[in-house]
Amino acid sequence: MQNALTIDAARSAIQQRTTTAKALAETFYAEIEKDDPQIGAYLTLSKDRAFAKAAEIDALAEKGEPLPPLGGVPVGIKDVMVTRGVRTTAGSKILGNYIPPYDCTAVARLEAAGAVVLGKLNCDEFAMGSSTENSAWHPVHNPRDLSRVPGGSSGGSAAAVAADMAVATLGSDTGGSIRQPASFCGVVGLMPTYGRVSRYGLIAFASSLDHIGPLTKTVRDAAIVLRTVAGRDPMDATSAEVLVPDYVAELEKPVRGLKLGVPKEYFGAGLDPDVKNSVEAAIQKLAELGCEIVPVSLPHTKYAIPTYYIVATAEASSNLARFDGVRYGYRASDARTLSEMYRRSRDHGFGAEVKRRIMLGTYALSAGYYDAYYLKAQKVRTLLVRDFEEAFKKVDAIVTPTSPTAAFKLGEKVDDPLAMYLADIFTVTADLAGIPGISVPCGETKENLPIGLQILGKHFDEATILRVAHAYEQSA
Amino acid sequence: MFAALPVYIRMKVTEKDVAYVADLANLELTGDERARMLRDLNSILEYVDRLNELDTKDVPPMAQVSDRYGVDESKTGSARFAYASREDILEGLRKSLPHEVALQNAPDTDGTFFKVPKVIER
Repeated sequence: MQNALTIDAARSAIQQRTTTAKALAETFYAEIEKDDPQIGAYLTLSKDRAFAKAAEIDALAEKGEPLPPLGGVPVGIKDVMVTRGVRTTAGSKILGNYIPPYDCTAVARLEAAGAVVLGKLNCDEFAMGSSTENSAWHPVHNPRDLSRVPGGSSGGSAAAVAADMAVATLGSDTGGSIRQPASFCGVVGLMPTYGRVSRYGLIAFASSLDHIGPLTKTVRDAAIVLRTVAGRDPMDATSAEVLVPDYVAELEKPVRGLKLGVPKEYFGAGLDPDVKNSVEAAIQKLAELGCEIVPVSLPHTKYAIPTYYIVATAEASSNLARFDGVRYGYRASDARTLSEMYRRSRDHGFGAEVKRRIMLGTYALSAGYYDAYYLKAQKVRTLLVRDFEEAFKKVDAIVTPTSPTAAFKLGEKVDDPLAMYLADIFTVTADLAGIPGISVPCGETKENLPIGLQILGKHFDEATILRVAHAYEQSA
Repeated sequence: MFAALPVYIRMKVTEKDVAYVADLANLELTGDERARMLRDLNSILEYVDRLNELDTKDVPPMAQVSDRYGVDESKTGSARFAYASREDILEGLRKSLPHEVALQNAPDTDGTFFKVPKVIER
């Protein structure tokens, strides 16, 4: 574990000249070459881009100039974020040869802060999945137990951090896709408030639910990455004009006196007993640190998954209409008419789960079913948001398990879409409500599989959930 | 929490619906895929039906969350999101992509336009 480095450790090693950004990138590429054939986290390596950035940072270090906050830090990017000149597939065959002509804002901001982008990370096709088994290229294996999934859809992003194949990574979360894999792989995963981080250059799945956020080894690193990528971006009209606080400085504020809500709906049937024990022990620990534990209720919780799968698929069916074989992406070669070309390109280019969601979403939006499904789901979404608004009148943050179970086996749920969807049961509500959430490791099952504690916060109050997560992490 | 999974499948979606929706979505789907889709959509929609337990007559629908918060709470409607708009000028925030860059990922072009199979059968 020679490179089990945090952001500050990597940066200061380069600053103090005990290593160079180039040498560090080489070490990580060697690690990837050695371990990734068993894990499958990376889809594309961006060595030219990485070494060019490393040279820039090394020149600064040589001159003794202060390095930027992520100076020389090797990072990986989920393959749903576009990178200029570096193949970006969204885990799909339909974008198998796509070379984007521009950069995702979050990636550009990381690089501007000195980060060295090692490559693009595997994920479920168009971020649709909870196990990364829907990648059109190959599945990802959980570094903690290779027979198990890393979670999803940001499975490559979580596995790369867990296996020391990147110091930090970016993932995306539409229904739990940062927090659930973070929990399965034993790393930290943060989904910021909707609008906190620009979605410009994020290949759209469900635009009202998509969030970019970091996966890291420590809560402090998550705060550093968030501070770097957050803030208004004129290229995304939904990115909010809300001041970005110094999340790192905020970490050290005391947690004593904070009120933490525990929703009873998250501790019912279906929760694995080991997960329950670990999460309850973590809540006990937070109480010992001076937090006040307050029982709360989120009464509409059981309606979150059906609401999510209507809203998300409806938006997806619209967003994915752009893949038609005309301007970019795969085109079927045997079509004689335009209409045949659209259909065959999409038929051959999309995988089974993506087609299932396009069909479900199109059905929910179609004449005669719009009111019964889409409009109904939008109304229940209001109820789910009100649940949180009520709870947050009483508490500063809410603590729950991230997922009802630890990592499951590869192949275990691939034939049952509904069982797979239920893996997101504790994470989707935060996406629907637009509130921030973080998953921080909180122990292991009897089979030594990581368990995640989820902390949910008020809109734009990432500082508080990071502070609670940090206090717990430091005490554990 | 998982107890409400469907124990029987009542056919909500028919084969005809699958064909109709596939048509709307610009998908062809093989015979096997259609059969699978019929099964999966029925199973998922059966589960979604639990939303009907809730009376939502007086609940407003929510398309996105950002109207629950904003920079200026005193403003309403589009005025609240005025920060997100810009002057309507030709180049906008930045120059458009050069022509050849915009075409570089296209499966087929004539150097100026995207090429597609003919639209009208003769």
